[in-house]
Amino acid sequence: MKKVNFLLLSTLLIFSLTSCTKKTDQNVIKVGEYGSLTGSEATFGTSTHNGIMLAIDELNSAGGIAGKKIKVITVDDQGKPEEAASAVTKLITSDKVAVILGEVASSRSLAGAPIAQRYKIPMVSPSSTNPKVTQVGNYIFRTCFIDPFQGKVMANFAKNTLKAKKVAILRDVKSDYSVGLAEFFTKTFTDGGGKVVVDLSYTAGDIDFKAQLTTIRSKGVEAIFVPGYYTEVGLIARQAKELGVSVPLLGGDGWDSARLTEIAGNSLDNSYFSNHYTAESKDPRVAEFVEKYKKVFGQVPDGLAAMGYDAALVLIDALKRAKTLTPDDIRDALAATKNFQAVTGVISFNDNRDAEKAAVVLAVKNGQFKFVETVNP
Amino acid sequence: MTPHSIFRQIILFIAICLILFIFNIVTPYVLNAYLCMIVIYCGINIILGTSLNIINGLTGQFSMGHAGFMAVGAYASAACSYYYLSPLLNSLSTSSFITLLVQQFFLVIALIVGGGAAALFGYLVGLPSLKLRGDYLGIVTLGFGEIIRVTILNMDSLGGARGFTGIPAWSNFFWIYFFVVAVVMTSFRLMRSYHGRALLSIREDEIAAESIGINITGHKVRAFVFSSFFAGIAGGLFAHFIGYLNPSSFTFIKSFEAIIIVVLGGMGSISGSIIAAIITTILPEALRPLQEITKLDFRMVIYPLLLLTLMLTRPQGLFGNKEISFSFLKRKKSK
Repeated sequence: MKKVNFLLLSTLLIFSLTSCTKKTDQNVIKVGEYGSLTGSEATFGTSTHNGIMLAIDELNSAGGIAGKKIKVITVDDQGKPEEAASAVTKLITSDKVAVILGEVASSRSLAGAPIAQRYKIPMVSPSSTNPKVTQVGNYIFRTCFIDPFQGKVMANFAKNTLKAKKVAILRDVKSDYSVGLAEFFTKTFTDGGGKVVVDLSYTAGDIDFKAQLTTIRSKGVEAIFVPGYYTEVGLIARQAKELGVSVPLLGGDGWDSARLTEIAGNSLDNSYFSNHYTAESKDPRVAEFVEKYKKVFGQVPDGLAAMGYDAALVLIDALKRAKTLTPDDIRDALAATKNFQAVTGVISFNDNRDAEKAAVVLAVKNGQFKFVETVNP
Repeated sequence: MTPHSIFRQIILFIAICLILFIFNIVTPYVLNAYLCMIVIYCGINIILGTSLNIINGLTGQFSMGHAGFMAVGAYASAACSYYYLSPLLNSLSTSSFITLLVQQFFLVIALIVGGGAAALFGYLVGLPSLKLRGDYLGIVTLGFGEIIRVTILNMDSLGGARGFTGIPAWSNFFWIYFFVVAVVMTSFRLMRSYHGRALLSIREDEIAAESIGINITGHKVRAFVFSSFFAGIAGGLFAHFIGYLNPSSFTFIKSFEAIIIVVLGGMGSISGSIIAAIITTILPEALRPLQEITKLDFRMVIYPLLLLTLMLTRPQGLFGNKEISFSFLKRKKSK
């Protein structure tokens, strides 16, 4: 029983200590960040965190905003939605942050956003593309495009650049992302006079796609739209090549992983996908960012790092313009963001607080992603 | 039961409600919302742990599907309030005070729907599978939990993989701790009743229990239904507190969290489950500052280490078979 008492006391002690360590410093602007620093999607959270810290550290070493430094308080949500909710609650009520950055995945942004909205603290998501995220309320922003836009981009690319008239779709029925992309692709493509000859589906985790691919082969299509994630896409490409299907595959940002070409080998050559950004771009801003990132972290920044960097830049810009540093004024300043030059493109918020910005189309060649074109909204 | 004792119980019930109500009003002023949230998570985990204790601790059946029942309760009650009760509440244009009362009444309905749905699933799963023992039952219940999760993942009306948004946040301190008291009281009463003794005898020796005329399967199924009902209630409270559900919150890891609570507190000890639920909720949160200061993920190193040390030093759990006794509070009975 003594041991129990001791344990209880010590937990209570730690617990009470946490609430005493708060200090209010007038010369600091507190920014909260929540992300999956551990768990199965740890690379997403870490990349984003690196990007954010790069932008904030730059600002702080340059003197901050009107003499005030920005302090980022980062909370790990382990990739779990319920942890994301408690992380946001902690940031707002315990750390008293003025604004929040996060999350990468839409499912966790959807868990955190209602809380930020309830307390009227602005939240900026760097890369949650699901349309529902910003529909939560007028304090929720995102600095990336939404899923429907990608479907449109690839449909226009198929029609205008590839001159395709007949395409097939192979979608992941279990993923909201994939279904959304496929629907908007179909809509844009058929409106433009093209024809979706066959629309088939698979489920994430499948490994055999030969039945679907054989059906597609018999229809004589000019391209196949596969809006899935890299694991299945790699396998589909491999099996398509084995069956002698040589038309290009098209996809979205779910393809963006070094694992894609590891799985697919060279069978994805001459396939195309849309993405937020490419480290290859000729834009001097991108070159400068890649250089700085390499210097600090010793690796080429992936898409999520660039998105995190941009989200932080947009936020810094808004903080500079805000009349006072209250959450309401920061929100208004964020909403007024127009034509902001960021690394991944020019960012303006529309009425739904979604960023309207360009997407890039990348080609897969010899296991590398090559820049093809930029598509403006 | 004499009229006198019924009277005493009513007084006790009203007193508990009054105390909870006062706490409900006072806590937001004393604690900030983050600490309030931890207190509320403690409550939800107490319900979860105490209810699983009935199966795993008291009856000695190894169920690994508690997250599944919680998911059924969470989604059933969320769907009930999202599709039926919330629109109904909005169509009533009355004063804000009455709306608040109706809202609380609706919450109870939604919770009972959630608990009922979970109990029904508990019955359906329990009936065929409780003839199994030990590891086999564990595997069946584990499988059941995953089936539930994957089914929800494929249901568009429940949000699928994207998650269920827009659930009204009606839960509050009062109802969460009301059900905490309810599950703890009923567990204590159950344990000291004929049924509880039967469950204990099943845990100690099934064959001996059967030989003295105890209907083993019947008792197991009843324990299962009872336990899953409260898991469903916990799910419903969780859904209406956080306002958002995602199937990935209900993986088998959630089931293991409930099992950890039971094992840590001591198999069969209700007080143990309560204390263990509080520890397992507070500890990861209390270790959070450590991660922020060191910038390293020590949290998930220290937390398991503490669990490990505890299990090595006290393999029977914090309380073993014992309970915190409140007998000194009672008047001595003349018997």
